[in-house]
Amino acid sequence: MEIENTGKDDGRFMVAVRGRMDAVTAPEFEKRILDWIDSGETHIILDLGELEYISSAGLRSILTIAKNLRGQQGSLVLCALRDTVKEVFEISGFSTIIPVCESTEAALKET
Amino acid sequence: MPEITSLARMEDLQRLMQFVVSQAQSAHLPARRQREIELAVEEVLVNIFSYAYPDAEGRVSIACQAEDERLTIEIRDVGVPFNILEIPNPDVGAGLSERQVGGLGAFFVRKMADEARYRREGDQNVLVLIFDQRGHDAPHPK
Repeated sequence: MEIENTGKDDGRFMVAVRGRMDAVTAPEFEKRILDWIDSGETHIILDLGELEYISSAGLRSILTIAKNLRGQQGSLVLCALRDTVKEVFEISGFSTIIPVCESTEAALKET
Repeated sequence: MPEITSLARMEDLQRLMQFVVSQAQSAHLPARRQREIELAVEEVLVNIFSYAYPDAEGRVSIACQAEDERLTIEIRDVGVPFNILEIPNPDVGAGLSERQVGGLGAFFVRKMADEARYRREGDQNVLVLIFDQRGHDAPHPK
């Protein structure tokens, strides 16, 4: 799994997550995002266009991050969910509690 | 029947998953269905790693039978008696503040597998999951 800060636009911190978020890799993802939050980034856009797979471990990390950011009046948006990842978000009900966008461009247009 | 056995620990998750994926490929199941199979199996394995052997290391084994567009997976452990299929569903309608992740793994197992059966056999937990080819656009009789 790769995690990369791909830029910052209008105060929104953009992170691309590529590969697989499973029980082995999810803790690293969570730590990296929480480190960025600790350094002051509280408006985060996650580009999941190259995320191929996510399990409940990944959802747990995303939920932790979403609750953390909400507690700081921050924001989290997930973009470009694919196939099984999108299915997992929908059937778990996560797509109704965490904003989802088709693309980072669409996420940036929304205030 | 192809089978893999391993210590029940997180370090072995990806190796166990690769075995299951190769069996799903042998069954000629499409890539998307393979990912669903991986999800169900990962959730079962992570539960075993977390709860089956509280006091010592233990083992887990996975046996697969691949037919044309059908994969039968049997996961066995000799840990504490535990049936993942009995775990209640999470509240998928809960708002962000109330939302918990408990129960999601079991939920995905039930959602992704076409059939799921548990039995206790001597000192073993035996979970059988069956995955067929599924039309995602067609209504699913579940």
